[in-house]
Amino acid sequence: MKWQLAQLIGIQRETARIKSFLFQLPQPISFLPGQHMDIRLRAADGYEAQRSYSIASASERTQQITLTIDLLPQGEVSGFMHEEARIGDFFELKGPIGGYFVWKAHHQRPLYLIGGGSGLVPLMAILRTRDMLEAKVPAHLLLSMRSEEHFLYKQELDQMEKEDTDLQLRVTYSGKAPLSWEGNKGRISEGLLAQGLAELPATPLCYVCGPTAMVEYVATTLVDLGVGRALVRTERFG
Amino acid sequence: MEEPFVTRGFQGKGQNPTQKPLPPGQHEAHDFPVLSAGPTPKVPLAKWELRVEGMVANPLLFSWQEFLQLPAHSFQVDIHCVTKWSKTDTPWRGVSLQTILGQATPLAEGKYLMLHCYGGYTTNVPLADVLHDKAFIAFEYEGYPLTPEHGGPARVVVPHLYFWKSAKWIHKLEVMAEDKVGFWESIGYHHYGDPWKEQRYEEE
Repeated sequence: MKWQLAQLIGIQRETARIKSFLFQLPQPISFLPGQHMDIRLRAADGYEAQRSYSIASASERTQQITLTIDLLPQGEVSGFMHEEARIGDFFELKGPIGGYFVWKAHHQRPLYLIGGGSGLVPLMAILRTRDMLEAKVPAHLLLSMRSEEHFLYKQELDQMEKEDTDLQLRVTYSGKAPLSWEGNKGRISEGLLAQGLAELPATPLCYVCGPTAMVEYVATTLVDLGVGRALVRTERFG
Repeated sequence: MEEPFVTRGFQGKGQNPTQKPLPPGQHEAHDFPVLSAGPTPKVPLAKWELRVEGMVANPLLFSWQEFLQLPAHSFQVDIHCVTKWSKTDTPWRGVSLQTILGQATPLAEGKYLMLHCYGGYTTNVPLADVLHDKAFIAFEYEGYPLTPEHGGPARVVVPHLYFWKSAKWIHKLEVMAEDKVGFWESIGYHHYGDPWKEQRYEEE
């Protein structure tokens, strides 16, 4: 695996803190949803900074990939991408990377995707791939979002859910819920997790991504609820 | 020679003059990120066991109480995660693998070690990389019992290799004649993992 010089060809704002970056690669790559790419920034004096970001776009053999990047406080790479990167600029990318937190379309188990904040990004790659392949295993997406303003990909997910009877989306607002909101509030609870399990037709393959405390709680609770450890795949942010 | 690529507009934050040198591509983390592929296993101390097996003259089995009776030392080491963060001068307390493997006495054919963990995780290291106090089994971090998400009750720490080699929830040390791959090594990660040589992924 070598560094590729990719051109930034699109920037889309998702939320106040999150933007998606579309890159054109010199060579097509094949990747699985859930994998990530490394990005390397290099200064003229040789100083370099590297980070890994989840691929957000659907998996196919492609020369175009989208990385969705959350702007972190004092984030050296995320700050540069959000504030300095311009369409037409070139970036060194390497990947795809990661072989466990990945979904393969021949997996027949229902999918239980559980995410917090920008932990939604790799789950979105799974859903977009599932959508593209029309591999419609039943899927349940349970999200914890701080508020509606933090809810990335909201329109696309609402649309996906409307058009796909095998997909169910459930959100809980952990901070400020919209005024008219009658749904779930607070953090993801055992009750919410159990509800999703009960609605799926068989024990699902679970993908959990988000802040460490959330992932620890969710993964442990899923095991306590009877999901086999090998069916719970996790990725923790910070 | 080809001119190295420079990212337009990127100067970096400039090296902090007090920052210890880090391996290429690494940055200092101020928190302690958690990376695990699945749920954190819960191992009651009453049921915890450490086994040493394989190509050894004396296979060993320690209970938690027996493990705590081994001579422990404080270790202050730099750690480097393949996901790009490093932490310098992290304070641990634990038992040198030299102490444990010395008691088991590896046979001459034993050249590699597979670390087997509660929860099913595995990772491989050359035996020479964990002898002579180069690696230890930690049970305390920053003066407190090691928390489960960081590998408690006890984890291996091999500070000179990428941190996925520092197996959490250690259960069994298997001395082997031939090298075999562990969990991450079987899905693309480097078989050895020297951060100073940036051996993150196995090249195709």
